[in-house]
Amino acid sequence: LSITGVLKSVNQFLNIRLDLINVLDESRHPHMMMVKNWFIRGSVVRRVQLLAEHVDTQLQEDATRRG
Amino acid sequence: MDPSSSGIQEPFDLIRLSLSERVFVKLRGDRELTGVLHAYDGHMNLILSDVEETIMIVDPIEGGMDGHGTRQSKKMEMLFVRGDGVILVCEFYRQLLTSN
Repeated sequence: LSITGVLKSVNQFLNIRLDLINVLDESRHPHMMMVKNWFIRGSVVRRVQLLAEHVDTQLQEDATRRG
Repeated sequence: MDPSSSGIQEPFDLIRLSLSERVFVKLRGDRELTGVLHAYDGHMNLILSDVEETIMIVDPIEGGMDGHGTRQSKKMEMLFVRGDGVILVCEFYRQLLTSN
């Protein structure tokens, strides 16, 4: 199941609140069309696709090296 | 054992050497990724850029023979991968392109 949406908030467990949900394969998940604002438990998230322009890779690498 | 590699004391030190390098990641669910590693943490959460993902889809065939796997491939600019799905991370050498 793949979803796109606007990231409203994230917490320490990587639980996510998303607005304006759009399900990528609507025909397979028709029950998802009813609600547009979601809370998603972090543990079920397999991966998150991001736009490269939003990520400072240098900052990420430095932070990782530091600890 | 090569004494000059004593700088590596724990498994994460080995991954640390691969920062900014292309890595190969094996995930649960018969998925594999390659991408440039930018960040990781103690949960093995990863941030990768310029990612290519391959998914093996196996059709079960009657008679006990191995099903033929087909590969699907996707490309992504920037990806966060949750650590609990990661099986292994290693350096990726372009010469080792799999030909099947």
